Order: sequence, then structure tokens, then C-alpha cells
Amino acid sequence: MRLEYFDMIDTVVAFSPAENRIETRSTVPAAPASPVFEGHFPGRPLVPGVLLTETMAQASGYLLLALNRLEQMPFLMTIDKARFRTFVEPDAVLDVAAELVIEGSGYAATRARIAIAGKAVCDAELRFRLMPFPADMRALMERRMAAIGLVPEPA
Amino acid sequence: MSATFETVAGIISETCDIPREKITPQSHAIDDLGIDSLAFLDIAFAIDKAFGIKLPLEQWTQEVNEGKAPAEQYFVLENLCLRIDELVAAKAA
Repeated sequence: MRLEYFDMIDTVVAFSPAENRIETRSTVPAAPASPVFEGHFPGRPLVPGVLLTETMAQASGYLLLALNRLEQMPFLMTIDKARFRTFVEPDAVLDVAAELVIEGSGYAATRARIAIAGKAVCDAELRFRLMPFPADMRALMERRMAAIGLVPEPA
Repeated sequence: MSATFETVAGIISETCDIPREKITPQSHAIDDLGIDSLAFLDIAFAIDKAFGIKLPLEQWTQEVNEGKAPAEQYFVLENLCLRIDELVAAKAA
């Protein structure tokens, strides 16, 4: 993870188009490696809940991109029932999973969760607006998907 | 009023925090109720779940933008409910 660059997903562990589900993994940087921890909090570094939400959103977004074969770009629209169940500290290894709940016309809903060593950290229900790709963004997302080892569902 | 309208009005009231009594079958979702496109996606999500359908919002929007259909055909609530009933019937057929 590179928190300050909003680069939250390190690698894809499993992508199942049949189950509309993705499992990813990310390692929280060491405290000295990220300025985020200088402020949140001095002497007591914790990953902010908003960045855990972003992590769940990115896992969901990659899932949607892979399922729609990069036809539309998902943009986070709604966060429901977000629960933060325990603190996340530097160096933690996060298992981030997301599954498709419903894909409508112009939107999609997912359920996402983060766990550490099997223990629930946080979960939320997310909805995304699906829109045509803004200029150059498709190529960017293709590169990011390749970087984390995500291969879209074959056409 | 139809059961479909009652369900849709309840969804709009809850999703957009609009008093239920302000929502009538003749209400235009955009012009009268002030629902923007983002909020309408939230409503579509709730309608899709409630009725087990997929509102073809992208198609409707395209038709309206291209002048092939008046916005009232889809966004006046009594007409929206007719479209929902059609989709439910088509799914059951």
C-alpha cells in the first residue's frame, strides 16, 4: 500500500467471475514510511477509517472493472453500513474481499470487507456509478490491474 | 393508487428525504421533486431490489437526450410505475 498515493491494493489473490468475487491482499507500510502516520496519530499510528473505506472501494472497483472488461469506470457513489471493528496498525497484512451484490443500469453495488489473519477489521456496502471512461483513464486502469495481477474475464 | 406507486413513493421519500405527502403520481422526479441523477441511481437501486428488475436507466437517459422520448415518459411517477409494472410482467412471462 502507498497510502498517500491512494494506491491501496498490492495484489490479487483470487478473482472468480462465476462468484462475482475478488480477494486481494495489501500490506500497510511501516510507520516511518508514510506521512499519514505523522498525523494519524503522533506516537500512535493507526490507518484512518477513510483509507480503509478507500481500500474496500478499490477492491470493489477492480472487481467491477474485471467483470465488465473495462467497459465502464466505477466511481464511488454511496457508502452504507460501514463498520470499523478494530484498529489497523502499520505493517498489518490486510485481506480485502469484495463481491458483487447487484449490477443495475449505470450503477453497481458491492459488499466488501477487510480482515487480518481471519479477524474482521471492517466491512461496508458500497455503490458505484458506472460511467464511460474519462480520457486516458482506461489505459491507467489497465496498467494498475496488470500491476496487481488482475486479468479481466475473457470476452 | 397502485401498490407500485406506494412502494416507489416510499422509496423516494426515504432515499431523498422528501415528505411522503409531497409525492404524487403526477410528480416529475426531476422537475417537481428535485431529484438529481446521482440520487436517481440510489432510487433505481432500491427499485431494482424491491421489484427484482433492472430499470434500463442508461437507455432511458439516452432516449431522452437524443429527443427520442420525452422525459415525462420515464420520470413522471405514474409513468415510471407503468414502466416498472411492464418490467415486472416481462420478467414473469
